[in-house]
Amino acid sequence: MDFFNAIILLLDSTIRLSVPLLFACLAGLYSERAGVFDIGLEGKMLAGAFAGAAAAAVYDSAWIGMLAAVSISIFFALVHGFASITHRGNQIVSGVAINFVAAGSTVILGQAWFRQGGRTPSLGTEERFNALNLPGAEALRDVPIIGQLYSELLSGHSLMVYLAFLMVPITWWALYRTRFGLRLRAVGENPGAVDTAGISVTWLRYRAVICCGALCGLAGTYLSVAQNAGFVKDMTAGKGFIALAALIFAKWRPVNAMLACLLFGFLDAAAIRLQGQPLPFIGKVPVQFMQALPYVLTVILLAGFIGKAIPPKAGGVPYVKER
Amino acid sequence: MSVPYSKLPGWAEYGLIPLINLVVAFVVAGLVVLLVGESPLEAAILLVKGAFGSGEGIGFTLYYATNFIFSGLAVAVAFHCGLFNIGGEGQAYIGGLGVAIVALSFDSYLPWWVIFPLAIIGSALTGALWALIPAWLQAKRGSHIVITTIMFNFIAASLMVYLLVDVFKPAGQMAPETRVFAEGAQLPRLDWLLEMFGFTIRYAPFNISFLLALVAGVLVWLLIWRTKLGYEIRTMGHSPSAARYAGINQTRTIIITMMISGGLAGMMALNPIMGAQFRMQLDFVTGAGFVGIAVALMGRSHPVGIIPAAILFGMLYQGGAEIAFEMPNISRDMIVIIQGLVILFAGALEHLFRPTVINIFSRLSRSPGPDAATSAEGGR
Repeated sequence: MDFFNAIILLLDSTIRLSVPLLFACLAGLYSERAGVFDIGLEGKMLAGAFAGAAAAAVYDSAWIGMLAAVSISIFFALVHGFASITHRGNQIVSGVAINFVAAGSTVILGQAWFRQGGRTPSLGTEERFNALNLPGAEALRDVPIIGQLYSELLSGHSLMVYLAFLMVPITWWALYRTRFGLRLRAVGENPGAVDTAGISVTWLRYRAVICCGALCGLAGTYLSVAQNAGFVKDMTAGKGFIALAALIFAKWRPVNAMLACLLFGFLDAAAIRLQGQPLPFIGKVPVQFMQALPYVLTVILLAGFIGKAIPPKAGGVPYVKER
Repeated sequence: MSVPYSKLPGWAEYGLIPLINLVVAFVVAGLVVLLVGESPLEAAILLVKGAFGSGEGIGFTLYYATNFIFSGLAVAVAFHCGLFNIGGEGQAYIGGLGVAIVALSFDSYLPWWVIFPLAIIGSALTGALWALIPAWLQAKRGSHIVITTIMFNFIAASLMVYLLVDVFKPAGQMAPETRVFAEGAQLPRLDWLLEMFGFTIRYAPFNISFLLALVAGVLVWLLIWRTKLGYEIRTMGHSPSAARYAGINQTRTIIITMMISGGLAGMMALNPIMGAQFRMQLDFVTGAGFVGIAVALMGRSHPVGIIPAAILFGMLYQGGAEIAFEMPNISRDMIVIIQGLVILFAGALEHLFRPTVINIFSRLSRSPGPDAATSAEGGR
């Protein structure tokens, strides 16, 4: 039973840790499926986390925090769109720029507004998204196995967690069952054909980029308003890039994206749990190795040793209308 | 790739447009300064005064610039091949390993002029090796070099923490750093260079690796524009398919280019480790690898542009420290914003003002004279 409990705890933290990855990964999915590479997920998430925590603290409301996070993240997404869609700039360079602007401005503004060394004031329970108990969680708690699974693993997460996992079927439906989704996928594969059909490539790509911004904002909100109680400097710590790697690993598909994010979340959770504990056969593993493991694994995955990932054909290429 | 915009005269292409982009980046940075409630003009004055107001300031400015010349050249070499090496930060960090191993092994037996070349080789080699794996993966397995080099930055950070804490740290010391090197592994300062101009550098760690950086700039120019390899690199950068038809070995070119790039980034480690701190510390790179991206974009990937761009960022680093002293709302992170804005306006939005400038030029060439006044609005 002890072992079972440990597994439940591990899976529980897997879910918590994979949520920001999932939001960011789906964000990247919209953008990259439309042919706009986005390396700035990290920056948008960070800006969102800061704006969310700052607004939640000032206006005493998690919802206003979320609104602020999504707005600022969409703003950065539009900057990315302006550079890479309207002005046909290099999409990777633009993403890198957004990462730096977000990393610098969150600290500078945080220090100027709150004077806590770049942190935002810590949020009270009223100002955060708190744990929700699913119906019947209390009643089932004492039932062996099922009780544990239901009330520990599935129940007791914040609204944002359920929203993240709800976004997976929504994204799937939007992408594969709506006209918008069909066109979005087409514009990432062959923008010329879309243009010939009389549909605006620019407007479609802008809409994709806006979806991306909104989801990055939610990822940021989760980090600073749900998982933690406030913003700290550089709190995304490379999650945007891990999400990007998960997206490639998932071959740009929503359900695969969820599985990839759960895998990376699990690795992260295992790394935290195994810190300083000796492993069977191997002995004590340095903490740093466990911390580097998700990145090492990403590289191995990207190397295509486990299946080949083929990106959307028009990804990274600005569309020039023939004249 | 289609050519979307018509040609401009050389001075406008390489002088005017970069200048406009840079000015806009700084104007936006000024707005951020305004937003936190300080005066941008005052900040600019403090910046220039801090960077160039004294011999020591100049020494520090050039010390930082040395780092950025190396990291800027590293990014530029990869750019010429159409590769975006974001891994300069990690390659420089690992380059420190080469420097530290050489310095710790020989510092009590050999003089600096023997150790320096050895350390150059050590740093370039370790940096190049750190770039080799992403390069090989890009060339052979088609995994995107941007993502792999980012991952390698994180892996480098973890590896170096492990090595510094568990391997290099002398017993009984708290701080995760190597022991202080003996005199043999301490690079001489360039006080004489500034004294020629009547300045004293006092405590600034402005050292001989600055000259090495300038030499590296010349060598990069020779490599890219005067050798067969350089021609192949540029061909790859312009059109991979043309390179393939011309019979250029793409795998070889990608791997060699990335190793040169990684080697240049690795050599950056000489400056802080052997030139300033005389030991390897945690996080000694402090973002200099990333600054290289902005420097390379600003300098249009040419050494003649990169060196002034590096000095400009050196000025921002040194002058920025001075501003933080006087204006508590502005810290070093301001530079990260400026860096981002420069990358945005000089890199991603480089075409933003081009149509306007082209318009003005074509109007000028049609009717010279009276319309010249309208060009004053060229900025926006």
